[in-house]
Amino acid sequence: MAATSVRELELDLDAFEGPFDLLLTLLLKEELEPREVDIAAIVISFVEILAERDEIDLEACGEFLVLVSALLELKARLLFPDEAAELDGLEPEEAAEELARRLAEYRRMKEASVWLAERLAAERDRWFRLGPAPLAPQPERRLAPQDASALAEALRGLAVPPPKVSLSHMALRFPPVSQFLERFRSLLARRRRFDFDAEVGGLSRVEQAVAFLALLELRKTGEVALDQAAPFAPIRISSSRPWPATAPTGRSPAPPRSDAADEPMPSGAVQSTVPSGLGSSPTSQEREEGLELSHDERIETWTARSA
Amino acid sequence: MDSTLRLIASNPVDQLARTVEALLVVASAPLSVAELAEASADDPERVETALGLLRERYSERRSGIVLEEVAGGYAFRASREASDACARLFERPVERGLTQAALETLAVVAYLGPCSRPEVARIRGVAADSAVASLVERGLIAEAGRESAPGGAVRYRTTPLFERVFALESLAALPRLDDLGADTGELRDRLLEVASARAS
Repeated sequence: MAATSVRELELDLDAFEGPFDLLLTLLLKEELEPREVDIAAIVISFVEILAERDEIDLEACGEFLVLVSALLELKARLLFPDEAAELDGLEPEEAAEELARRLAEYRRMKEASVWLAERLAAERDRWFRLGPAPLAPQPERRLAPQDASALAEALRGLAVPPPKVSLSHMALRFPPVSQFLERFRSLLARRRRFDFDAEVGGLSRVEQAVAFLALLELRKTGEVALDQAAPFAPIRISSSRPWPATAPTGRSPAPPRSDAADEPMPSGAVQSTVPSGLGSSPTSQEREEGLELSHDERIETWTARSA
Repeated sequence: MDSTLRLIASNPVDQLARTVEALLVVASAPLSVAELAEASADDPERVETALGLLRERYSERRSGIVLEEVAGGYAFRASREASDACARLFERPVERGLTQAALETLAVVAYLGPCSRPEVARIRGVAADSAVASLVERGLIAEAGRESAPGGAVRYRTTPLFERVFALESLAALPRLDDLGADTGELRDRLLEVASARAS
């Protein structure tokens, strides 16, 4: 009797929410006693439904498995209440009472969910603003008592104009050509001939370039004669004026010392020839001023030369 | 005439009503009378009076904005007659696609909450994990502590958003369970009948 009833039952598994749901449906609609529910028949009817379909819905199968096993457990508990852990020690009446209580509880919740669904449908035309929680707890910012003079002191520290950033390292420094003109002239006053490379060897690349300009200037005015044995060979500079016309007084004319020209002059001697204010270690301010001066002077020199 | 107008314009409750109106238009969740009174630095009773004025002004068929009492407070919403227009422009992310399992879980939490997932599963007979996760994500339920036992499961309760979506002034506005499961007695009798038949 029970088997036929279940077979006739149209088993739409999507409509059930868990074993209680299925059991409730069986109990109320099909008027089956729980212990008379033929679970095998339910399985068979499910397999038949599966056979009718071409494809296997794995989700439906899994859900069915859960449902049927839960149902099987319930039935087993009802049939063998002594062995059911949860219903341990309960008399059959009590077991039935417990199941009825749980079913009733579930049923009330199911009714409540129906009410909620109906309520939702009825309130579907109520639209309101949804936003992030607007009343987040406001952090209370407690500040320690502050001294006004400490604030003033802090502000005073900030109010100091920032130190001027030096850009001196970003530009080339051009010493004035005149510096080397004088240097070479004073050198020629003491020596008739000297070696350019040896003389400027200790200087920077820019200074060497300016020194070379000074050399060309001297050549132009005819004060010196230049001599170079081969490309990149040392440049020899010799005075074109009769020796010792510009030599310091009291010095006897000495024969040209060919080897002396190759000797680099002691660095101290070189520095001594540099006019004051253009020494080897000027202050940064002097260097900057010197840069501006030399720059203008150089341009004037070039302008004059090209004219 | 002139003096009468001035009297109305300077009516303090009317001024308070404007303040309450301003607070409500900024809020995205219902504001309680206490919150409104604190923000407007006024008396709760006077705030209620001001809310009465506003309810009259913002009512269905009179205004496109309606003031409603919901979720333990007051909030503006669109009038029902504008719902079609709202539906064309806006989405309802909270309630869209709520499954039967989620609704049952929501009912359990609303009536028996705060309660844990195992409790929901015991009542429904199936695991409630995904339904609970879905409801939390929608903001309809939220965590509310743990069960008292050490390592107890997380408990959940419904949120003010739940009350708002379902148009409830509070959880007390839910219908009584006894009114829902009217034929529980019949169920019990049938089961008892089965049990006694087996025992004999």
